[in-house]
Order: sequence, then C-alpha cells, then structure tokens
Amino acid sequence: MDFALSKEHQLLRQMYRDFAETEVKPLAQEVDEEERFPAETVEKMAKLGMLGIYFPKEYGGAGADVLSYVMAVEELSKVCGTTGVIVSAHTSLCCAPIFENGTEEQKKKYLPKLCKGEWIGAFGLTEPGAGTDAQGQQTTAVLDESGENWILNGSKIFITNAGFANVFVIFAVTGVVEKRGRKIKEISAFIVERTDKGFSVGKHEKKMGIRGSSTCELIMEDCVIPKDRLLGKQGKGFNIAMATLDGGRIGIAAQALGIGEGAVNEVIKYTQERVQFGKRISQFQNTQFQIADMHTRMQAAQFLVYSAADKKQKHVPYSMDAAMAKLFAAEAASDVTRRAVQLFGGYGYTREYPVERMMRDAKITEIYEGTSEVQRMVIAAGLGVK
Amino acid sequence: MKIYVCVKQVPDTSGKVAVNEDGTLNRASMDTITNPDDLNAMEAALQLKDATGCKVIAVSMGPPPAEGMLRQLIAMGADEAILISGREFGGSDTFATSQIIAAAINHVGLDEEDIVFCGRQAIDGDTAQVGPQIADKLEIPQVTYVADIKKDGKDVVVKRMLEDGYMTIKVKTPCLLTCIKELNTPRYMSVSGIMECYSKPLTILDFDALKDEPLIELDTIGLKGSPTNIYKSFTPPQKGVGVMLEGDGKETAEALAATLAAKHII
Repeated sequence: MDFALSKEHQLLRQMYRDFAETEVKPLAQEVDEEERFPAETVEKMAKLGMLGIYFPKEYGGAGADVLSYVMAVEELSKVCGTTGVIVSAHTSLCCAPIFENGTEEQKKKYLPKLCKGEWIGAFGLTEPGAGTDAQGQQTTAVLDESGENWILNGSKIFITNAGFANVFVIFAVTGVVEKRGRKIKEISAFIVERTDKGFSVGKHEKKMGIRGSSTCELIMEDCVIPKDRLLGKQGKGFNIAMATLDGGRIGIAAQALGIGEGAVNEVIKYTQERVQFGKRISQFQNTQFQIADMHTRMQAAQFLVYSAADKKQKHVPYSMDAAMAKLFAAEAASDVTRRAVQLFGGYGYTREYPVERMMRDAKITEIYEGTSEVQRMVIAAGLGVK
Repeated sequence: MKIYVCVKQVPDTSGKVAVNEDGTLNRASMDTITNPDDLNAMEAALQLKDATGCKVIAVSMGPPPAEGMLRQLIAMGADEAILISGREFGGSDTFATSQIIAAAINHVGLDEEDIVFCGRQAIDGDTAQVGPQIADKLEIPQVTYVADIKKDGKDVVVKRMLEDGYMTIKVKTPCLLTCIKELNTPRYMSVSGIMECYSKPLTILDFDALKDEPLIELDTIGLKGSPTNIYKSFTPPQKGVGVMLEGDGKETAEALAATLAAKHII
C-alpha cells in the first residue's frame, strides 16, 4: 500500500493548482454572481487535455488515469465549484458511458471531439417524476416504421452543462418487459446531439449554488435520431445509468473534497490576518481546534475519494466505495464550509469573501448524482443489510 | 532545425529569502522555480515548434535535482533535455557557466538553422551575462531583449526592446536570442505532456563528457576557475514606509516644508 503520489501525479497537481489559481479563481465570484458559464475557462482546459483526462490517446484523451481526473476536479473546486462540476459532468456522465458502452464507431465519432473540448457533454436521466426512482421514467423511444430511426418524446430536468452541451446521453423507455413475474419498464440509453430535429434545451434553473453551471431542461418532441445512436444494448439503459452514476459519484466526491479543502485554505489565511482582542484570531484555541477538525475531515475524505478512484482504475468493484466517498466528502464539505462562514464571522456572510459561496456550492454535493440518503442505501445494500 | 533553450533553476524569491552566515544564498532551504524569463524563452521556442515542427531541447547546468525542472519543460512541450551536472562545474560564475553551456551545445551539435534561446536574466544573480557570453563562445550573432520573433527562411527577424522604442533586426542563423517577459505568456504543462515527460530523453553531460570539448578551458571552470569572487552579500535593511503628499504643487510643497520644519531639518 502506497499513499505517496507518483511523480506524474505530483506534477499534475502542481499544474492544476497553478491553472486554478491563475485562470479560475479570479473569475469565481463573477461566475457565481452573474450565473455565467465560464466558456473561456472551458476552452483553456480543453487545450491542456483536462476534458478527457483518463481516456486513451487513440480516442483523443490525455492517457492519464482516474486519480489524475479526480485531482483536476478537486483542484478546480477548491477555488470554483462551478468549474469543477463542468469537468465532472462532461467526463463522468458523457465521455465515460460512451467510452464504456459505445460501439467502435460511436467512440471514434464522439470521444475525440469530447476529449478535445470541441464538444461538451451532458447526461439526461432525471425527469420531473423520476429522480432516484429511475423506473418512473416517462420519456419514450420507439423505432419508426422504417426501422431506421428512433423517435424520442419526453423531457428531462436539472441537466448539468445543458445550455452549452453538444452531446447528451439520454435515457428513455423502449418497452415493457417481465422480470420475476412483474412488468417493468425497459430502459435504453441513446446518444442525442443538440442539432437533432425535435430536440431543444428549455428553461435555465436559478440555483442556490454552482450558479455558473448551466442547469436546464431538455425537451424532445418527436426527436428523430438514427438507429445507430442506441448506446449499449437495448434494454440495458438502467445498468448503464447506474454504472455511470457510480463513476460520476467519484467526480462529485472530488468536487465536494475540493470545496471543503478550499474553505479550509481560506480559513487558515483569514484567521491569521484578522485581529480581535489584540490577538490574531488564529491564536485562540477554539480557532485552532476548529481548523484541526476541518482539515482532518477533509483529509479523511481525500483518502476515501482517492481509494474509490484507484479501484475504478483497477477495474475492481467500486460502487460502495464511490458511495462512501461521496457521502462522506459531501457531508464533510457542507460541515466545513458552514464552520468556515462562522469563523469569518460577519464578513463570512458577505460576498466580500468566498466562504459563503463555498457553503452554497457544497450543499448540492449532498443532493445530485444520488442524495446522501441514496448513498446510504447503496452502502447498506453493499454490506448485505436487508 | 533545432532550438536550444537555456534554463536555470532559481530560488523562489517570492517566498522567504534565506542567507547563510557567510552571506551566500541558502539555496537548499528555499523552494526552487524555473527562472521566469527562461519560461518566456521556452514559450517562444514552442511557438516556433508549433509553426515549423522543429525540435526543442531544454539545456540546464545545475545539481541533479534540476532534472525535475527539465521534466516540467518537457511536459510543456520540449522534445528532450540536457542536464550539465558535475562537481567540477559547481560554483561557476557567468564566465565559466557560459563556457560550459556553449561547450555542451557544441557537443550535441549546432547546425546552420539552429537557434539558441535564453531568458534575459535570472532572478537570483540578475547579471544578464550568460546568454551573450554563450553567443560569444559559440561565435554566433546575438540579439538581446527580444520582444517578437519571426522566422523568415534562414533569417530570423526580431524586435529588440529598448527603453524608448524598439529596433527591428534581421539576423542569420545560427544565432542566440535573449527573451523578455513581454514576448509571450508561457503555456501550462499539459496533462498528456506530464504523462509522457518521464519517458522522453534526458541526457546528463558530466565533466568527463565535456572535458575534451575545445570550448572548455579546464582552468577557467568551477569555483576555482571563476574570475568572479563574491566579497560580501547581505539583505539590505528595510526602509520605513514613505508618505505620499497629494494635491497641487503649492499645497504639497507647503506640506513638505511643514514636515521638514517639524523634524527640524529646515
């Protein structure tokens, strides 16, 4: 067991940190206040290979590993949760399912453009009546009379990157099948392009945090896509969705980890500058104990996140590890950012300092890509507790 | 066509500067960075590589840990690196250093279309001497303070920045150019560059590899052979915070006179 980072990972961290501090941090407040998708940052990240970090070079990726990707989301999220989730959703929720389930033609068509950032990716599973309960899906896909095209109808909500994405992995009901004597919906996955006839992006959500991330509704009205856009086998959509979310959870866990660590960094800096009662507030034992606890929680989160990334890289089962990493990191980030605001006092409640933004950004990590309650269900099931 | 980019690992002076009792810099206790102007030189070389497909070689003289810096330059896009390292070279001043680097470049080969890039000066010594001296040793033309570079066949057309303007100079290759920070913004290392940087060639040239090079004079290298002797170095005492007087001429003159009178200077 080796906890030390390789020389390559150390250099990657240095590069990500340098990039985040120089290019991302100066925009973070504006991106939040103006609900602005940082397109210029996405373009810069694309040039550096940050939009296809762990995919092979033959598909346009940078040929690194899952830990390298996790560290990118972590370092970006330290200064801007919005930028972190843009990379996470693009990589884990669009590139990954195409790489893991696509035909060679699909991989060759989509991955190089996605990895090079010419196209941005998104993932459409959630519907107004189907969040965690994927069986509640209402979107349908039927083959047309010629048998050459799928026709999709329905809508998706809360889709990250939607306003700027070119490629969407969409889930739809393709029939009803009987399983253990019960009739259940057969779900399949599809690749939908923004320019497909009958496809449109709807309302933009106004959110509490990660406000620069483009979260919108997707509408499919007799949306026609060629037959070969089916991703994976017909009827395997539910498995693809669940496997994709397992990977996605590592990305969101890394985002939560970064947000929490970013808040600890801000607290360490501020408490050594702020003077009250003739002392730097870092000299008070309460401050020191708080910071020690905050850092320890984030360090524990980092071990869980990196361990899950390592298991995914080694192709050993990691659903439970991803769930534990996301559960712990998200709750730690919420706790640590809340404490950060408290340590900043009145200033922490203002937009003059970044900790209130971090607190708002942290909350979503307990909700999306499976709530903390869902993570607990996954962990309990993994332990065989029924 | 090859481009040699001469780089130096320097103490990070944005952090704490540590000085030994004898007045020399305590380099071991300070973080190191790639000399900032050298990164501009590397970026200029990489832009020429992007445009022409030429080969870029990073060259540095320093102790073995300088390999880490050279790997980072490969991760930015350099094709290979040369580290000139040996106890015999330690303590070299600019005269000795430029001689050794010139010998190393000569050893690897300087062809008709090749260019040597250097940063204007290093932030530790601030001499700006090594680049021009390398050109002198190699007997090639040099242009310092380069702010713009265009390759035009076998010529290079550069803009040389002066305090009150600039000169446009056409220079034949092989030549040496020293670059200033206004030339460009250095690129970041890329993810794939980092993944490959430890598998690309890095040659270490030690004393044995270079001792027979005609450009090397064995009695003028290293600490003993260097003509420069440091008499004393020290951290200048901190000056107190100044006071800015604002307003029109009469008002500020009166305020100044009042301050001087209060201090019994006038």
